[in-house]
Amino acid sequence: MTVTMAAALNTALRDAMRDDDTVVVYGEDVGRLGGVFRITDGLQQEWGTERCFDTPVAESGIVGTAIGMALYGLRPVVEMQFDGFAYPALDQVISHVAKYRNRTRGTVGLPMVIRIPYGGGIGAVEHHSESPETYYAHTAGLTVVSPGTPGDAYALLRSAIAFPDPVVFLEPKRRYWLKEDVELPVDGEPIGRALVRRTGTTATLIAYGPMVSTAMEAADTATQDGWELEVIDVRTLSPLDSDTLATSVTKTGRAIVVHEGPRFAGYGAEIAATLTERVFGHLAAPVLRVTGFDVPYPPAKIERHYLPTADRILDAVAHALEY
Amino acid sequence: MTAVWRDVAPDGGLREPCSYELELDPAQLRDLYRLMALGRRVDRQAINLTRQGALGVYASSLGQEAAQVGATVALEQDDWLFPTYRDTVGVFARGVDIVEILALFQGSWHCGFDPLRCRVAPLTTPLATHAPHATGLAMAARLRHDPIVALTFLGDGAASEGDSHEAMNMAAVFQAPVVFVVQNNHYAISVPIDLQMHASSIALRAAGYGMPGVLVDGNDVLSVYGATRAAIDRARAGGGPTLIEAVTYRIEPHTTADDDTRYRSAVEIDAWRARDPLERFLALLRESDMVDDAFLATVDAEGETIAARMRDALFGAPDGDPREMFDHVYAAKTSQLQAQQTALDRELSATEETE
Repeated sequence: MTVTMAAALNTALRDAMRDDDTVVVYGEDVGRLGGVFRITDGLQQEWGTERCFDTPVAESGIVGTAIGMALYGLRPVVEMQFDGFAYPALDQVISHVAKYRNRTRGTVGLPMVIRIPYGGGIGAVEHHSESPETYYAHTAGLTVVSPGTPGDAYALLRSAIAFPDPVVFLEPKRRYWLKEDVELPVDGEPIGRALVRRTGTTATLIAYGPMVSTAMEAADTATQDGWELEVIDVRTLSPLDSDTLATSVTKTGRAIVVHEGPRFAGYGAEIAATLTERVFGHLAAPVLRVTGFDVPYPPAKIERHYLPTADRILDAVAHALEY
Repeated sequence: MTAVWRDVAPDGGLREPCSYELELDPAQLRDLYRLMALGRRVDRQAINLTRQGALGVYASSLGQEAAQVGATVALEQDDWLFPTYRDTVGVFARGVDIVEILALFQGSWHCGFDPLRCRVAPLTTPLATHAPHATGLAMAARLRHDPIVALTFLGDGAASEGDSHEAMNMAAVFQAPVVFVVQNNHYAISVPIDLQMHASSIALRAAGYGMPGVLVDGNDVLSVYGATRAAIDRARAGGGPTLIEAVTYRIEPHTTADDDTRYRSAVEIDAWRARDPLERFLALLRESDMVDDAFLATVDAEGETIAARMRDALFGAPDGDPREMFDHVYAAKTSQLQAQQTALDRELSATEETE
């Protein structure tokens, strides 16, 4: 069956609501409209306004009330409509969502999911193309995931909803219409495990979310140059499965991290540092980064010059091979 | 015994004060006094323990006992309380162990009690951020058709925060069974209430949310109890949220680390001492012959016993095991945290061997 990532996410929510009556889905426009990206399409019709409902435009209130709901024993799955509109909720996320289990000495976990469509590439206006993953990944107590394929989107969202701790679920919105032949439901690898999407020996491409497709495209093209690139889909940004990364780079000796967000203090810096600490002796070249620039996300007409491309990735591979 | 408060009219004005008869028997009235008096004793002990170094800092409830005790006593066993860092006396009146409450100020752990068992959320320091939690819990209770009410304390400073607005608006939209009790103690640290808002009352905001609003004398425990009880009963019956403003005064500085002589006068403080909530209530109980010296002596003795236990538990208490900082971050410890815990453990073991 061919499914888009949007449909896979929708099915995951539907199946989770069917299997567990404590799962409630809410946010801005998620009810009658089915979400601006239609990820919650049909859920209110199927489960009623008690299980899937619209809220006032109040992101901090949405996340804050979800904390209260989780405290009461429900499993809220809330939607932040866009990456750039999730910032008002950062106080709740950092001060409470991330800390509740710890501050209560382990007595109160908060099983809740915060879904955030993120990243650029859809020609959106300002504040609709942000890559905020490091804000969340830097925050102890959060589990941060981002799927790269439709099947994994289903598996990761089901895992996130069943998870005992809060999960920030970053959905690569430019890949909502990415298609895959996959039968749902699908059991995926658990949260916390990175996946080798393609094996190779020349170098390792490390990507997540929207850049998994771009990395795969680069690896396809690279065969023309006789390069066999290994592609790793990080899937879980926190906690990072550094074992899978280290194993791959031990084999290939070269690593290129790819992400849309700005380079400085970006997620790639953490991966580069981790690999340097763990497998320095196996590295034939420095860990390189192919990322967005250190600028506020550019206007739609020029965003294609900002976003990492397969060509830029291949240039980085060539550079890594010069060492 | 009567309670007096002013309701906010739907058009946003204040109605004239109205009196309501309370159904409290003498034993319940005496217990209200007892909890306030014990609260004052533990508050004083906490201040002393801070001066002696057993607590790192403490935010006193002195002068606000009626607002805190009157409100929390109106809750039923299964209801939930969402307190701030200044609500030690209210949480104590709810029945939470005082030593466990003070863990936050002691620095032994952020929250020392089990919120699920006590039905009290952790004392929260980022202002108003706990208010949406109360709304959310109340929404959940309503979704599950459980007769549970949530009560959240806020201060006049917290009422300026966006989360207060979002919590109240969402509570009204979803008719969540939650009661917002704003203790207007006239100061957000050094900033007086007239720099906090331009309107004459926080309670008036209720009209804008489409919920009942109440302005009550926060130093009159019967009125606070009566207004809160009415709001809780209405919430439990499906009538939605209420905003209560209890006007009171913070007699002590913001915390033990604050110097309030920089921003207010002793004359002002003395004027409020004259409206002391304990003395007012005690005078009323004496007038009605509901208390005698023997009862007061019993309360004093109970207070001394609790204070002695606080001293015993908090003086020279061990720091705790630093290895524990890794144990509760996630349900299952990550390999990264395991590695860091092992590293700290090695460091500690080396130090212990040296010693």
